[in-house]
Amino acid sequence: MPKFEKKLLSGNEAVALAAFHSGCALGVGYPGTPSTEILENFSLLGGNAEWAPNEKVAAEVALGAAFADAASLATMKHVGFNVAQDLFFTASYSGVQGAFVAVVADDPGMASSQNEQDTRSLAYAGGLPVLEPSDSQEAYDFTRLAFRLSRRWGIPFILRTTTRIAHSNTPVEYDLDSLEPLHSAKYQKDISTHVMVPGHAKPSHLRLRRKLAEILKWNESDESPNMVVEGKSSELGIIASGVAFQHAMEAAPDAGFFKVALSHPLPVNKISEFSKRYKRCVVIEEGDPYMTTLLLAAGANVEPRDEVWRFGEFNSDRAKAQIDGATDYSEPAVKSKPPQLCKGCPHVYSFKPLVDLNCIVSGDIGCYTLAAMKPVSGMDLQICMGASIGMGLGLRKVLPESEARRVVSVIGDSTFMHSGLTGLLEMVYNPPPTGHVVVVLDNSTTAMTGQQEHPGTGRKLDHSPAPHTVSIADVAKAIGVQNVEFFNPVRDAEKITEYLREKLATNELTLIILKQPCLLAAANLAKMKA
Amino acid sequence: MDKVTNIRIAGLGGMGVLKASLILSELLFEEGYDVKKAEVHGMSQRGGSISSDVRFGKKVVSPMIGSGKIDFLLSLEPEWSDVHKNSLARGGVVISPADFDVSKLKSAKSINVAALGVLSRHLDIPEGRWLETIAKFFPEKLREANAEAFMLGRNS
Repeated sequence: MPKFEKKLLSGNEAVALAAFHSGCALGVGYPGTPSTEILENFSLLGGNAEWAPNEKVAAEVALGAAFADAASLATMKHVGFNVAQDLFFTASYSGVQGAFVAVVADDPGMASSQNEQDTRSLAYAGGLPVLEPSDSQEAYDFTRLAFRLSRRWGIPFILRTTTRIAHSNTPVEYDLDSLEPLHSAKYQKDISTHVMVPGHAKPSHLRLRRKLAEILKWNESDESPNMVVEGKSSELGIIASGVAFQHAMEAAPDAGFFKVALSHPLPVNKISEFSKRYKRCVVIEEGDPYMTTLLLAAGANVEPRDEVWRFGEFNSDRAKAQIDGATDYSEPAVKSKPPQLCKGCPHVYSFKPLVDLNCIVSGDIGCYTLAAMKPVSGMDLQICMGASIGMGLGLRKVLPESEARRVVSVIGDSTFMHSGLTGLLEMVYNPPPTGHVVVVLDNSTTAMTGQQEHPGTGRKLDHSPAPHTVSIADVAKAIGVQNVEFFNPVRDAEKITEYLREKLATNELTLIILKQPCLLAAANLAKMKA
Repeated sequence: MDKVTNIRIAGLGGMGVLKASLILSELLFEEGYDVKKAEVHGMSQRGGSISSDVRFGKKVVSPMIGSGKIDFLLSLEPEWSDVHKNSLARGGVVISPADFDVSKLKSAKSINVAALGVLSRHLDIPEGRWLETIAKFFPEKLREANAEAFMLGRNS
């Protein structure tokens, strides 16, 4: 007998619940808005969840588990998917014995990101199937489905969510009698699929393309989770996926709909047939014109998409404007207060000496990126996680000496763990003639995404004690950085300025750790202890 | 019940916009409505402008309120959040801290719940259900203050 339960859940909570119900043995990720709450909720449900140092390591751990017949989950934001891409582009060749689902959360409109790339375009390039939920119910259902399909075809599956899926709450109904048990792990040696030397990778690539062809055939069949709703007339057909489907339904409830659930490999034949039943068809999709391009190439009766729809987040007004053929759409400018560093935040103090010394600051990703803006105005560069050190070194290597001596790299503690280590290796291996100074803003948490733990905090994902606390200072010394010094950014302003002035004048390599806990994290930890 | 009701709660990060929308959407869900709630986290929590859409009715499609469709705007920080008035539906209602005596609140942190109290006068849900749901979202020691804040708004 089915035993149904219904709850109001965010997309992230729904994914976590579905992974738990799918017998997922291990969830691994790195925090990133809007994906962060998946693993936190998976852990609260009783799942085995871990923060890895970065997304590539997370995907590696999850793949290892799936090689051993277990079901595993990796979570990340869209730009984190880039970090893990080296693994994914070959894990599609190797395939898996168990089930491997990666949830990648896109941020169209960039509510909290540095770009608005589309995961579907990357997954297409890497040969990875993609499911796109359009609400929390589907976030649950498609996560369950992704685990089943990953095991069925022995291939990693991507669940692409977006901000409005991850962080919207909608009702979710599920059957408590449908839960799957944990798969017991077992190892089976098979170097032909697990060791990707060219001799094995060539047949593996052919095997991948055969799997994708089979998945496509399934996706073109009535078994697929895609949904067709015929329109009240044959005037307008709409092809849509993800939350864009909901916006389009709101904008044109009488139109015919082909709702795409599994968007790679895209069921172009079935959609083409649908499109020919309508006078005109519009593709409503957030991000790249991914489906539009493939459908046009296949000769479907769909309209090319104006470039204006590539930018920003969709809503029902936009969907309506696109359906109406607008090409100069822009949202009314809304006066809004920009985010800012908290009152009393140690980062505000940390940048003062750098500003006073007129430094060129190669910055990084975190709350402290806000220091680039007024009133702090203390950062010159910021591109992606960990880039502060490499970019700073590059500046130092080409600028005239007087300018080179002004360059400082600034990176947070969590970002340092994520991808600062390799930059430090570059620094000691290929030091600039003027040396370099790296400043680590150590607030002992991953603050930006909501105070998550990392290898340097001494606590695991669920805030229980970690077996080892990584010391950034010890790591830097072991790598070969000449000077490693601690200061308190709030109390030691003058000492920091003096020390910086001195080291910027030498040709030595220096790492300064400005250590003071994040105000919010400290308050939360105190609450947890109480 | 066929008509979808659109409520936007707007303010600045840290004012409890998300908490208020969570309480509201959970209550409406428990009352048997289809409910969708949309918001943006992340950078917004650093004191910047923030808003959350709650839509309910028999069947809700998009989780976001279209322009000119807001039925109730809870403007918790009018200097910044009144800008959403541009998106009010005809006859739309604005609820702000001016609707109740803020000085009677035990803590300014309860402005969000007091605003829910004002909103509750417009929705056909028993007072007890509101109070039960609000209690669920606060630790024991904050329950009384929030219940009082709700009643202050409701009776204003």
